[in-house]
Amino acid sequence: MSLETVIRGIFSSLFIASVIRISTPIIFPAMGGLVAQVAGVPNMALEGIMNVGAFTGVMVSAFTGSIWLAILAGIIAGVLLALLLGVFHLHFKSDLFIAGLAANLMASGGTVFLLYIITGDKGNSSTVRSLSVPNVNIPLIKDIPFVGEILSGHPVFTYLAFFSVFLVYIFLYRTRFGTHLRAVGENPEAATTLGINVVRTRMIALAISGIFAALGGMNLSMAYLQLFQKEMAAGRGWIGIAAIHLGARKPVGVMLASILFGFADAISNQLGSLNIPSQLVQMIPYATTVVALAVYAIQQRQAALERMKKYQKEHIDSLAAEHQG
Amino acid sequence: MQPIIEMKEIVKVYDNGVVANNGVNFTVNKGEIHALVGENGAGKSTLMKILYGIEQPTEGEIIVDGKSVTFKSSLDAIDHKIGMVHQNFMLVPSFTVASNVVLGGEPLKKGLIDRERVLEVTKELSDQFGLFVQPDAIVDSINVGQRQRVEILKTLYRKAEILILDEPTAVLTPQETQDLFKAIRTLVQQGKTVIFITHKLREVKEISDRVTVMRHGKMIGTVDTKDVTREQMANMMVGREVFLNITKPEMHRAEKRMEIKDISFLSETGRPVLREVSFNLYAGEILGIAGVEGNGQTELVEVLTGLKKSAGGRVIVKDEDILDHSPRDIRLKGIAHIPEDRLTNGVAIRASIEENLIVDRYFRAPYKKGVMLDYKLVDTKSKELIKQFSILTPNGKLPVGSLSGGNMQKVIVAREFSSDPYVLIASQPTRGIDVGATEFIREELVRIRTKGCAILLVSADLGEVMSLSDRIVTLYEGKITGVFPKAAEVSEEELGLYMLGIKHQTPEEMEKFL
Repeated sequence: MSLETVIRGIFSSLFIASVIRISTPIIFPAMGGLVAQVAGVPNMALEGIMNVGAFTGVMVSAFTGSIWLAILAGIIAGVLLALLLGVFHLHFKSDLFIAGLAANLMASGGTVFLLYIITGDKGNSSTVRSLSVPNVNIPLIKDIPFVGEILSGHPVFTYLAFFSVFLVYIFLYRTRFGTHLRAVGENPEAATTLGINVVRTRMIALAISGIFAALGGMNLSMAYLQLFQKEMAAGRGWIGIAAIHLGARKPVGVMLASILFGFADAISNQLGSLNIPSQLVQMIPYATTVVALAVYAIQQRQAALERMKKYQKEHIDSLAAEHQG
Repeated sequence: MQPIIEMKEIVKVYDNGVVANNGVNFTVNKGEIHALVGENGAGKSTLMKILYGIEQPTEGEIIVDGKSVTFKSSLDAIDHKIGMVHQNFMLVPSFTVASNVVLGGEPLKKGLIDRERVLEVTKELSDQFGLFVQPDAIVDSINVGQRQRVEILKTLYRKAEILILDEPTAVLTPQETQDLFKAIRTLVQQGKTVIFITHKLREVKEISDRVTVMRHGKMIGTVDTKDVTREQMANMMVGREVFLNITKPEMHRAEKRMEIKDISFLSETGRPVLREVSFNLYAGEILGIAGVEGNGQTELVEVLTGLKKSAGGRVIVKDEDILDHSPRDIRLKGIAHIPEDRLTNGVAIRASIEENLIVDRYFRAPYKKGVMLDYKLVDTKSKELIKQFSILTPNGKLPVGSLSGGNMQKVIVAREFSSDPYVLIASQPTRGIDVGATEFIREELVRIRTKGCAILLVSADLGEVMSLSDRIVTLYEGKITGVFPKAAEVSEEELGLYMLGIKHQTPEEMEKFL
């Protein structure tokens, strides 16, 4: 295939729709991670929670035949793993990164173990029949050329993901609890003196992040595909964490960062048809992550330096003014 | 005037055995401005933490508005209309001023935060008490004086009637201090009561109705401010120091070893902490710095040892300006340093005693052999030092964190003294350690001074400064206020007046002794 076909592909409605589709399982963990991050407990187990959610959803749907029970069970499993992380970190004071690492390893090993016990297969769950969430065709919009193809026909999870950006925004900035959550993350001591329970607030923040990460996992196993695969999250939980930082810890920013990563992923899919070593192409989303984070870090440092200089200058000016007066 | 707060026979013993308050009686009348003064470590902060419910007293009774109370946390104190403005502000930097004021008690409308109301109540409080703030400004972008007003508004939003201000002027410029005083007067006019912690006697005279003086965990007395002079207060604060029993051979001062010229330092927020400080260090002499903590001593030591960058000046050692060189560079010039904070800058807590003993020299011969360390030599040398400095430990391979404070300090002293320093900068060398180790370290200081080392001694323990030093300099608000060429001939009362900024020597008077 020629480069021209690839470029034409990038400007097609199908490509844009695929960016939206691919961004979904990044937006979910990123939104969840954002809530935990602003509360001061970065959820390092997003990746593991996605795997657990993906697995639980598939299994429960296969055995109960109910999509709703499956989603509920997936969420509960995700929340439990998040709370486990919280217990280790907040009550037993273990290091957050080590506890997160343990949770991730446990999730990846545990899902494969249970998969083998239940299906007799260590790779995927193709032997059991999983349900998938329905696609949504939006009336009227679906009939608009180009736009309809982009906006309509996605799985219900995709719409939920984008709607959750709005929900998280309202939660963090307009509700009392969300505000306290941010205060706890920025200055726990100040929050404590005002009677806000830091440990409880952080636990709840982790539980919320568990809900979102589990939805992200189920988006992979019950919308993308209709089965669970070993290590299904494939790094999306980690990229979600990168998106939180790149998006400056603001819901809309984090969403845009997630879409950027989705875009990089979609590009690498497109380029896969070219005669370039596939390993190189598959690197694109991850290389984008590294570059984006580096640029962001440099910017942040610049801003901090500017702030300090401004501060010192103001103070010196006011001293000088006093001196004259 | 009826008392609104009575604290009776308050005793506070911390878990580590430190007695912070020893039978303190403290009474505050309704509607007054009550200053609480004392040197650092006098117990005034502990007393206020008890009143605000952060610490629980070991013994004693607290009566608020005629009723005996027990505070389990600061929330209980808030319920009794007590508010406190801490020295380090308790604000959320990315929130607006108004969001910080209402934090924890936000007004709601239909389940969501009523953002208009948040701004309104802040504006109302701000107008009512003359505490000017801009409600929608982000806290991160406002200056220290404004931040302090936000803290005061926070307590007022929670209906505080009694406000505790913990050293509120320590971070303010003179102009901001005047604004604060105006605000305090407005508060009192509207029926509030203010407790004002400070050690600046000028401010006590200016703002307070009554003053309580504390020293070494005890209450020395409460008096009407108009009835006492600053000199009398200074004497109550500093009092009689215990002189140490140290035999000091006669001083033989020799050549100049370090020349400190016009050193300045700005805090992160741009406040001048050191203002053109100049003095010299001579071989065979201990120069002591006397001052109430927080007047620039810490920063002076950090600048001299390369831990912080100065805002100008010169430090001449062996004809070379070493100011703002790296700590290693400065050490290689022969400047040894006993740091103020043992655990942060003195030792690597998880490394072994041996490693801590060689950490300033491992990269040089004879310890370095090719790319490896000569562990045999490390072993013999550290055994020698452990013996020579009587460090109590089964062996040198143990982590230094397993030692008591006194023995840990001996490890630092052993390292610094055994490098045969050209100049030694000792900051709080005996703080928080047992009597035996304290005596040992003091004797060692005198010993190497007599051998010809130039020593700069900074200590919050005035008795230590007075009995060890040959010459004393007083530091107040980052400036040298006096120099006393014969330490043995100056009284603590006299030093107190200079340490608290009541008296100053002129630059001409000081010049020939610095």
